[in-house]
Amino acid sequence: MTAPLVVFFVLAGLAVIGAVSLILQEHPIHSALSLIVVMVALAGLYLLLGAEFVAAVQIIVYGGAIMVLFVFVIMLLNAGVEEHTSLSKMAGAPGLLLVVALGGFVAATIAKSTESVQAAPQTGEIASTTGISNMLFKDFVYPFELTSFLILVAVLGAVVLAQREKL
Amino acid sequence: MVPTNYYVILSAILFGLGVFAFIFKRNVITIFMSIELMLNAVNLAFVAFSQALGKLDGQVFVLFVIVVAAAEAAVGLGIIILIARNRQTLNVERVDLLKL
Repeated sequence: MTAPLVVFFVLAGLAVIGAVSLILQEHPIHSALSLIVVMVALAGLYLLLGAEFVAAVQIIVYGGAIMVLFVFVIMLLNAGVEEHTSLSKMAGAPGLLLVVALGGFVAATIAKSTESVQAAPQTGEIASTTGISNMLFKDFVYPFELTSFLILVAVLGAVVLAQREKL
Repeated sequence: MVPTNYYVILSAILFGLGVFAFIFKRNVITIFMSIELMLNAVNLAFVAFSQALGKLDGQVFVLFVIVVAAAEAAVGLGIIILIARNRQTLNVERVDLLKL
């Protein structure tokens, strides 16, 4: 077993454990902390894949900004332990069935498409961040400008939703 | 070199766990977090295929997904604050205004 494979399995195990912990935890703040573990593990996997810029953005935006927003709202609303009724406990069984069916479908699709993915050339070393910035500001410049508009609308929406009095 | 399959399978597992959390959890904030988990799983598949194909398109898409997730988190948490203020609960079963 080579070193990258060991690193992969450690990080993958960490991500899966974090995701399972998100489901098993009763308190939302514990679920949020589990999700941060998943995101940091995924950032490590991005580094392993040679995507340094995406790994940095994952830590800064996901782990830093979005999760802090979540934790802040949980504390602001003083969210307590979640309560399960008998009906919601029953929802677990069909939910598990659905997830197993979905997982089987995806696994079957991956198994079928294995060769085409593996046959693709692995160029390995590409100047990741330079290439991303070239693509983002040349080929994808209109979508990029649209996202700035999207963020503007989202900020306005959040302000309107969260204000106490009507204007 | 780690085979691309491993990354895609891990991505599928994380997505499945996100779907299960979305169905099973009853706290609206936790349901929102499971959506973020699913988005993360998709991002992993994007980056894995980007590396496998030797093209950077996948990584650019991941950046767009992260931007949309950030906007979604801002609006969604605003909605959650409104729910908590109007209904005094975060349990989705108690938010049943449209139920007969």
